[in-house]
Amino acid sequence: MFARLLYESFRRQKRRKLLAGVAITLGVAVATAMIAVATDIGDKINRELRSYGANLLVTPQEDTIDVEIGGVNLKPPSDGNFLSEADLPKIKGTFWRHNILGFSPMLPVNVTVGSSGRAQDATLVGTYFAKHLVFGKDEFTTGVRNTHPWWKVDGVWPADDSSEVLLGEHLSQKLQLRTGDTLSINGQSIHIAGVLSTGGAEDGQIVAPLPVAQRLLGKPDAVRRVYVSALTKPEDALARRDPKTMSGELWDRWYCSPYVQSIAYQLQEAIPHSHAEQIRQVAQNEGTVLSRIKGLMLLITLAALFASALAVSAAMATAIFERRREVGLMKALGAGNLAVAALFFAESTLLALMSGVTGFFAGSWLAHRIGRSIFDSQITIEPVLFPVIMAIAVVVTFAGSAAAIRRAVKFDPVFALRGDA
Amino acid sequence: MSTPSLAERRAAVPHTSMFLRMLVRAAVMRRGRAASALLAMIVAAAVATAMMNLYVDVQAKLRKEFRSYGANIVVVGKDGTSLPADALQQMETALGGRGIAVPFAYVVARATNGQSVVVVGADFDRVQKLNRWWSVSAWPTGEGEALVGMRALPVVSPDGKPFDLSFQGHTIHLKPSGTLQTGAAEDSRVYLPMPEFLAWSGIQTTTIEIAANGSAEEINGIVGRLSEALPVADVRPVRQIVEGEARVLGKTRATLYAAAILIILTAALCVLATLTGWVFDRRKDFAIMKALGASESLISGFFAAEAASLGAVGAALGFIIGIGIAAWIGRANFNAPVVPRFSVFPVVLAGSVAVALLSAIVPMSLLRRVQPAIILKGE
Repeated sequence: MFARLLYESFRRQKRRKLLAGVAITLGVAVATAMIAVATDIGDKINRELRSYGANLLVTPQEDTIDVEIGGVNLKPPSDGNFLSEADLPKIKGTFWRHNILGFSPMLPVNVTVGSSGRAQDATLVGTYFAKHLVFGKDEFTTGVRNTHPWWKVDGVWPADDSSEVLLGEHLSQKLQLRTGDTLSINGQSIHIAGVLSTGGAEDGQIVAPLPVAQRLLGKPDAVRRVYVSALTKPEDALARRDPKTMSGELWDRWYCSPYVQSIAYQLQEAIPHSHAEQIRQVAQNEGTVLSRIKGLMLLITLAALFASALAVSAAMATAIFERRREVGLMKALGAGNLAVAALFFAESTLLALMSGVTGFFAGSWLAHRIGRSIFDSQITIEPVLFPVIMAIAVVVTFAGSAAAIRRAVKFDPVFALRGDA
Repeated sequence: MSTPSLAERRAAVPHTSMFLRMLVRAAVMRRGRAASALLAMIVAAAVATAMMNLYVDVQAKLRKEFRSYGANIVVVGKDGTSLPADALQQMETALGGRGIAVPFAYVVARATNGQSVVVVGADFDRVQKLNRWWSVSAWPTGEGEALVGMRALPVVSPDGKPFDLSFQGHTIHLKPSGTLQTGAAEDSRVYLPMPEFLAWSGIQTTTIEIAANGSAEEINGIVGRLSEALPVADVRPVRQIVEGEARVLGKTRATLYAAAILIILTAALCVLATLTGWVFDRRKDFAIMKALGASESLISGFFAAEAASLGAVGAALGFIIGIGIAAWIGRANFNAPVVPRFSVFPVVLAGSVAVALLSAIVPMSLLRRVQPAIILKGE
């Protein structure tokens, strides 16, 4: 009898059930989309924050100090130690290799540019532009186009195995040279592939493929420093502690968290005779910005959940309120309060489950659209979200129905049947 | 009360008040339903107000957070010359309080062991405000104290003792107050207070770093104004900072926008569902009015006025609550309350009234086609 009542209720009141179902579907869809976006926004914004450039710097362990003002190197270039270029792919062999989005080696060389009459000193920096590297089975492309996304080139980016260079904007004005011209560097004629604009020190320098700089310096395989761009976890109390004072288990936790400090530590392990340091301007600030944006999205998701819960409750309350007569009839025929309430709750649960599934998929689609249009990447929907969303849908539908059901059950059947509601 | 006195009182009341009376009585008599409709309205208006307020204010809040990345404009003398003595004042006038300008002066000096080291004159009070990421063990306080970069320390003062620096024959005796760690070029430098630096080296400010507030376009405008104010200098935006900020802010805004639209839409739908139910529930009132001879336009006017006043009251109450929610989110997340924007109120009011009217129109047009007798019979 109970099952039949339930079945007939859905069969005969299609319009009303559809209305309540649509409300639940919409509510669940919005909740799903917002939760999915809020859980993934940290990762997405973290990636966007990488447009501030590298957050780690690897230098030789026994490094001498830099003597440079405004990007002009005032120290003889052969001074100091170097890292080995051959060790660089090992960066992709560290524990947090998937968090390392890219790295760029730098090798500054002091050179003389221009023909003998108007010769002047300048700094040439050798680097990777978009170098293809292989480590083990991993193949990846890395370089300044990846780690320094604000660099703009008027012309073309040189190939990493060519001997073409980029000329900094200010230097190109000073030398009155443009893309396509040839520049004399230490007496060699080198083709200018493009003019580089960075808004930084590189505007007054020449940027070349790494082998060119190594050849000019006469030190094959040498690299002065490496900029590493890594996705990191905002600093917390554990990150600020000195790893040397940590006990075994704590140390493991520190080592296996993608803090900027632990990634720096692992870079030092990977590259022999190196010292890795966080670039505090970038590393320290992304944590605050990230936590602010995450916090904001969390609070907004709460607001969205609240609004959709209210929408579902309102729809359920209206649907049940309209059925007072039915309740009156059932009660007049001798049904107990419990039986009536059970029927309504069973109906609500069924409705919540059916609309919940539809709503979940609609919400996932919505989240995908948001991810695609705003971040150009997929928003991953954790499978664990499905039971959570379903539970929320059932609970909210229950809660929304509860007050209405209680009122409907309490109503005197005589009045209900007379229509004096 | 007795019947004659009631009749007397009723006669004294002007007939125009009947409309108002019906409106008020309808709300009072069906308190439960009216309250739930009003509640839905209030929640929707509150959520909409909070989202709009946040959307407008969050950019300003986030911009402030982004300023902790430091300078986004750099001013240097053309061809490496020093800036004029009044450069800082000129920059500050041109900025008009929309940012902070910090002067720096650089020279290469020699340490006692003959090694070259970059020495910088700086205004420490301003530097602390500009470069909050600097990790400093102790800032210089007294005369003759210097802030020594982590990597410069082994060169100038390996055992932390006072040291000498010489530049063009002038020697200065300094005591390290603490160490500086940034992970960048600053680690290889020694920082001195500006007046001492000037007295020792005779070099004026060579670089001014500016952290200006505003969007990428506004920053470009400020750069233009600054270079006009100081033609001898080379003013350029720090693209790394300006572009990074624009990118992250743009994405956040877009996400917030999508979220706001979703939430406001859900809230509006909730109101639509509740109000439609409410109006539909009152089909008997509708039928009685019609049976008593009320014209179509009067009934429509009555329900429209009811919906509109519900919308207006809901919007007003919701606006106050929404401002509260926005302020709470601002305080919880940014440690600064979101400033209430009263310019949002007309939008919320118009939206609420429109949604309320819309929810009255749908059941009304359905009911209009039905004979009052059928409704009264209860079918």
